[in-house]
Order: sequence, then structure tokens, then C-alpha cells
Amino acid sequence: MWKCFSTTSRCFSTSTSNKALKWWDHVAPAPKDPITSVTEAFLADTSPTKINLGVGAYRDDEGKPVVLQCVREAEAKIAGCDFLESVSSAVSSKLVEESVKLVYGKDSDIIKEGRFAGVQALSGTGACRLFAEFQRRFYPESQIYMTDPTWSNHHNIWRDAIVPERTFHYYHRDSKGLDFSALLDDVKNAPDGSFFLLHPCAHNPTGVDPTEEQWREISYLFKVKNHFPFFDMAYQGFASGDLDRDARSIHIFVEDGNVIGCAQSFAKNMGLYGHRVGCLNVLCNDAEQAVAIKSQLQLIARAMYSSPPVHGILLVSGILCDPNMKALWVKEVKAMANRIQSLRTTLQKSLEHLSSPLNWEHITNQVGMFCFSGLTPEQVDRLLREFHIYMTLDGRMSMAGVTTGNVSYLANAIHEVTKFG
Amino acid sequence: MTAAVNVSRFEGIAMAPPDPILGVSEAFRADTDVKKLNLGVGAYRTEELQPYVLDVVKKAENLMLERGENKEYLPIEGLAAFNKVTAELLFGADNPVIKQQKVATIQGLSGTGSLRLAAAFIERYFPGAQVLISSPTWGNHKNIFNDARVPWSEYRYYDPKTVGLDFEGMISDIKAAPEGSFVLLHGCAHNPTGIDPTPEQWEKISDVIQEKNHIPFFDVAYQGFASGSLDADASSVRLFAARGMELLIAQSYSKNLGLYAERIGAINVVCSTADAAARCEDIDCTLSRDMEEMVVKSVRLVSDVWNITHYLLLISWCPLVNLCCNWDSVKGVLVKSQLKRIARPMYSNPPVHGARIVANVVGDPALFNEWKAEMEMMAGRIKNVRQKLFDSLSAKDKSGKDWSFILKQIGMFSFTGLNKTQSESMTNKWHVYLTKDGRISLAGLSLAKCEYLADAIIDSYHNVS
Repeated sequence: MWKCFSTTSRCFSTSTSNKALKWWDHVAPAPKDPITSVTEAFLADTSPTKINLGVGAYRDDEGKPVVLQCVREAEAKIAGCDFLESVSSAVSSKLVEESVKLVYGKDSDIIKEGRFAGVQALSGTGACRLFAEFQRRFYPESQIYMTDPTWSNHHNIWRDAIVPERTFHYYHRDSKGLDFSALLDDVKNAPDGSFFLLHPCAHNPTGVDPTEEQWREISYLFKVKNHFPFFDMAYQGFASGDLDRDARSIHIFVEDGNVIGCAQSFAKNMGLYGHRVGCLNVLCNDAEQAVAIKSQLQLIARAMYSSPPVHGILLVSGILCDPNMKALWVKEVKAMANRIQSLRTTLQKSLEHLSSPLNWEHITNQVGMFCFSGLTPEQVDRLLREFHIYMTLDGRMSMAGVTTGNVSYLANAIHEVTKFG
Repeated sequence: MTAAVNVSRFEGIAMAPPDPILGVSEAFRADTDVKKLNLGVGAYRTEELQPYVLDVVKKAENLMLERGENKEYLPIEGLAAFNKVTAELLFGADNPVIKQQKVATIQGLSGTGSLRLAAAFIERYFPGAQVLISSPTWGNHKNIFNDARVPWSEYRYYDPKTVGLDFEGMISDIKAAPEGSFVLLHGCAHNPTGIDPTPEQWEKISDVIQEKNHIPFFDVAYQGFASGSLDADASSVRLFAARGMELLIAQSYSKNLGLYAERIGAINVVCSTADAAARCEDIDCTLSRDMEEMVVKSVRLVSDVWNITHYLLLISWCPLVNLCCNWDSVKGVLVKSQLKRIARPMYSNPPVHGARIVANVVGDPALFNEWKAEMEMMAGRIKNVRQKLFDSLSAKDKSGKDWSFILKQIGMFSFTGLNKTQSESMTNKWHVYLTKDGRISLAGLSLAKCEYLADAIIDSYHNVS
């Protein structure tokens, strides 16, 4: 009655007499992605009061996904246009140039002199992965320093690119702010010429950004140590509401003479999540080097997916290349950032009003889409089970999922699970 | 005052070599001669040599625009509606592997992206296993396996003497490979040669693969473009599936739906338990599905903490597993989870637009029928062009050379048999752009240009060495 199961991991057979090799038997199920699995669980939940504070995707005040007006207009424009078989190099270069202007400023010498190698990428993830592969190819012995903590997928990206990682101090758990002196020490103590992964604004998951003064100190140290700063800019516009201001840290580094790399994503600030549009740029000493580096990046992309999907590219290009559309976009970004900021304030006030024994200032001190709440895994679990509120186990809440309609419920729930400390 | 700029860390990096296929189009664009003809990249052109947007695609896009769908992230495995229809298109909706849920499908970035997911999966779970690729094959195959660190070797395929298939060489090389190798096969319309095995030859290929415990790995980039029939073009894949073999299959919608730039494709993994006893045919389907769900849920729950081998040892004593008749479906879930784990650090989740187009076209009976008609039209135009080229060559070439291989080859491409120097002469003297291996894309040829091309080929073949 009981069948015998082979104990070898390669051939798991329901019968010992089976000749054919079972190809996939030794394939273990992968651990769930800590972020996307939250959304999966949320979708399966039938509770009417459920709230999704998992993945960092913007929601309006009714908790609905948003397609920006500028995107709708861009979409209408490209419908019925001449079909693009592959992205023409003209459109491609134009898009890259407009993207890079967002990073360095439209009047930057870098752009005028062509001192950057820029390629489109599959949103922020794709841009980081291209860079990680590029780093490995040309600096096979190098490592990457990541903030502690950082976006969970950063670890996967550099690991799959076979670049070992180290962490450096960033988040101070007691103050729920920046562990600045430890950060500087780590930067100082790293071997000269190390690669660092930095979040230029709206740090994910903590929402804790260095001040401008602090960035200056960090940048100066980088210059002295000849470190390579790689910026992952996924939330430009979401920190302060001002796109230019959110790129300030990068400007400081460049002004100091640092030669940097930058991944950009249009997933959040243009709401183009599913279209996978982003950009990778690497600063170079001259235009000739830029051409060479670009060709190498394209080579890496060719063996991974050949070329990026055109639809999103056309949308971004349509918006950035039209002054009116771009102006509309800038306003819409500000509106999104404002909504999140106002709900941060409301949530904090609500908790204070409930006489919470804890200090909730970090809710409004932190910036961007996320609040690193300080909730423990047990508290996060209680919020899920008792209140159907979903967030990642590290206590990161996507504030974009908070609405005027659910903020009281959320405050009450948080109070319930934390009122005894 | 600007600070002195640090020297770039990437100072001495050399220019990468131009892509041999895409580079042809670049060179073509730079050519100013009026007679120029681009037979480089395999992209379908109308008789007027214009790109072609399928009517069904336009209709699908209009529907999508009207609906005003959102732009949220797809799940890592892609659009569920797409994954469902793409597997059904490949196997046929009534195929046992579909009905028994033995196929794990993940949306990928066209053929390239899907192949890369599979390559990474092979590297991770079959370390040391090599992939056998045809000689010749699509140029990017080698890049994909190299970058994924999967070793590869070649099996004989093209016979220059017959301009046909070196079948004995192919079988012999597949037999000689270490047991458990992956054999990369082109489902139909072989790229670059246009030479496909016959049904009888496919049977023999399947025999030797089974004999050696190899795993068939299909690249299906031209379903519909070989014969004009989507079903007929999938017959090689279906033959292997009917034998109960476990398979890997990459699909692309770049050519057959003209969605080149949208990057839409899929990787399919067919799981199969050869042991019929495990299928528990007597048990009522509904019951077994509940049990399967239970096992799957338990497996998922435990997988975070336990190593699967330990867990499976534990549940091996559980009678529920004995009754669970769809172990292949469970395996499919496990495989899918690992493919997702590979995709997440590559691009997080796949692009939505192309997936929606395919789901709308293939999922709607009216649009699907329209697509079939457009597919026949496109494949038909290529067949006509083949015929005209053959007729022109036969009429103009007085040497008695047999050009009938042009008619025997199938799909977008024809391997002309021209060598590198002769191909270069085609370009330099005649402004005909093709890849250095002598491959011409008939999709880029019009009836009007056949005679000119015939002249070019005849001249290059006979007067250049």
C-alpha cells in the first residue's frame, strides 16, 4: 500500500522500477518573493476591510491603480501611428537623452559633451541587472556594498550576476533615522575603489534619506576613496514632489568630480509599472568611451532579451519630448507625492490621538512611498490575521496604499497591536 | 568652479563587435544605392517591402485602448490569460498535456528572453549538462548559452553538398553526446537553413533522444510561418509530447503576430510521469484536484523552511500523496516557482502590452480565425516568392545547377549555399544585404525583385570564390 520513494534528490520516483529519468524531480520550490507574495496573498483575501501596503505601487484616494493623464494622452497619440518594428535608434537615443536630462539636469555639460553611455532597460530591475553584469564582466573581482537594509531584490540581482555583496550601515533602528557616523566609517574603511549601491532619494525600504549636508560629506569621501557610486533612482519625484530636487544627491556627487552610474525607473513616477521602462547610464570621460561602453551594455542585453519592449518607450518618449505633456507629468508627480505626504501626517496624528505609547514621528520624517514602521514580524503577522492589513515582514508599509477612507482603520489596527509596547 | 573629475573606472573598455544579424540592417540603412535590397534580419515585409502590422493586432490594440486597462505590474510569471492561450496554441487546447495540467508556462521577453530563462534554469539545476545546438543555428543561441554559462556543443545539421539535412550526422552526434544532454531543436522553419526534418525523421530523432535520456528543448519562433498552418507547424512538438516526454519549449510572437518590438514569448516546461500507476486513472478528477491543491499548498507552506527532499521524505508516508494523481502538475508548480526566481532579478516581471495583444487575439475565436487567415497570407507570400526566385534562377542559370533546394526549404529563410566571400560580393557589388553565412530572408523579398536577386546570386555563385 505504501509506495517506496527514492531518497536520491535527482530521481524522485513513484515506482522503483521506473526507467525514464524524471527531469524536474530534484527541483525544489523556490522561496516566495517577500514582496510580490504579499500581493498574491492580498488578492486571495476576501475581507472587505483588507488593505494592501505591500508592493510600492501608487494608488489614488480610493485605493485604485492610477493611469496618469499624461500617459492616457500619450497613449491616444501613438494609437494608429506607424508601427515600429524595433525601436529606431533615433527614438532610442532621444529617449535616453531625455531620461538622462532628468538625472543630470537639462543643461548639464555631461549631456552636451555626450559623456555618458545610456541604454534603455527593463525598468529599474533591468537597469540594475545590466549594470551588475557589466560590473562583473569588467571588474570580475569586485564586490558591491549595499545599504542595510535595501530593496530585497537588490540582493538577488547582484547575486545572480555573481557579484558578492557586503552591507554598510544605513538605518538606525533606535532612532528610525540615518546611522550617519557608522555609514561614514564603513565608506572610509572599504578598500579604495569599491562599488557602492546608493538610493539617491526616497530610500527603499526605510524612507530615510541623508540631508543635503550629509550627502556632501558622503560625496567628498567617495571622491577621496575613488569609490564607484551606483545610484538606483526608482522614486524620483516621490521624495519631495520635485523631480529636480530629488536628484540633488546625484548632482552633488557629479559636481565633486565623481564618475557615477545610475539606474532609472519610470514604473512609479510615470505609473508605467507593467511596461518595464527604465534607463541605465554610466558616466564616461569622453564621448568615444561612451560609445564603447554602450556597445558592451547592448551586448549584455542582446543575450538576455535582445531589446526592450517598445510600447512603454513610445509613451515615455511622447511625454518627455513634448513640453506640454512633460509639464502635465511634473504636476501629476507632485500631486501623487502630496497625497502620500498628507496621509503620512494624518496617520501620525491619528496614532497620537489614540494615545499610542510609541513615538510615531518617523512616519512624517521618512520620505517617499514607504514608511519603515518599526513593527515587529509578530505585529505584522497580527495585522494580517486580525485586520487583513498586508505589508512585508520587515514592517515596511507602502503609504501609497493608505487612503482617507482606510487611515482610521489602519491607525486603530496599528494601535491595537502596539499599545502594549 | 568644477572639481577635477575622477578617471572613469571603465577607462579601457573596447568597442563590442557589431551583431552579425542586426549589423546587416544597420549597413543597409547606410547604403544609398537605389537597387539595395535588405535580406538580412527575419522581419516580414509586404510585397511593397513595407513592415506589416497585422489587422488583428490593430483590432486588439483598439479594444485595449477602449477598455482603458491599467498598467499595473504583471505577476512575475506574466499575464495568466496569455500563459493559458500560448500553451494551448502550442499543444492544441484538447491535448492531454494541457488537460492534465502538465505544462508550466512563464511569459518571457520573446524568444530570446524565454531561451535565457531556460538556460539559467539548466545552469542552476543541471550543472555541467550541455546543450547540443545545430550546426548552423541562429547566431544569438550561442550568446545566450555563453552568458548563462551553459556549455554547448554542436550536432551536424546542414549538409552543404546536398544543401539539405545531414540526417545521419545529426543522429550520430546526438547519440554520441553524454547522456542527459539538452538537445536544442527548431520546432519548424529552421533558422538559418530553412531545412526541417520530415515527420519520419522527427520520429527517429525522438527515438534517439529517448534512448539517451536527453531532453528535447524546442525553439519555436516561427509557428505558422513554415506551412501557413499554426497546427501543422506545431506537429514536431506535439509528436514529442505525445510520447510522454518531458520537454522545454521557447515560443516567440515576434514574427507570426508581427510583435517584434513588444517582446512577447513564453517558456513552457512539460512535466511527465512515465509511470502510469501514478496517474490513478480510477480516481474521480474532482477529488484528485482537491488533493493536489492540498499537497501543493502544503508544499508551498513548507518550502520556505524545509528543504524539499526532507519534506518529500516526510510526505512519502502519507497516503494522500499516493492518491494525488497529478504529481506532474505539482512538479509544474515547483518548476514555475524556480523560473520566477530566475526572472525576478532579471527584470522583475514581464511587459504587459504584447501579452495583452496575444491574449486578445488568440483568446477570441473571431480574432483567432482572422489571424489564421493573415498567417496563411504571409506564409503564402513567402511561398510565392520562393517559387518565383526558383523560376528565375532556373531560367537564368545555364550551368545546370539544381536550385530546387529553394523550394524544399521552408519558412522565412533560405540558405543559398553562398560562402562568406560570395555573400560579401552580393553586398558590395549588388547591394544585396544578407548574413555572411549565405542566409537570405525571403520575407524581405518581393516578386518584383526576384529577377535582380537571381542575377546577383548566379553571378556571386559562379564568378566569385
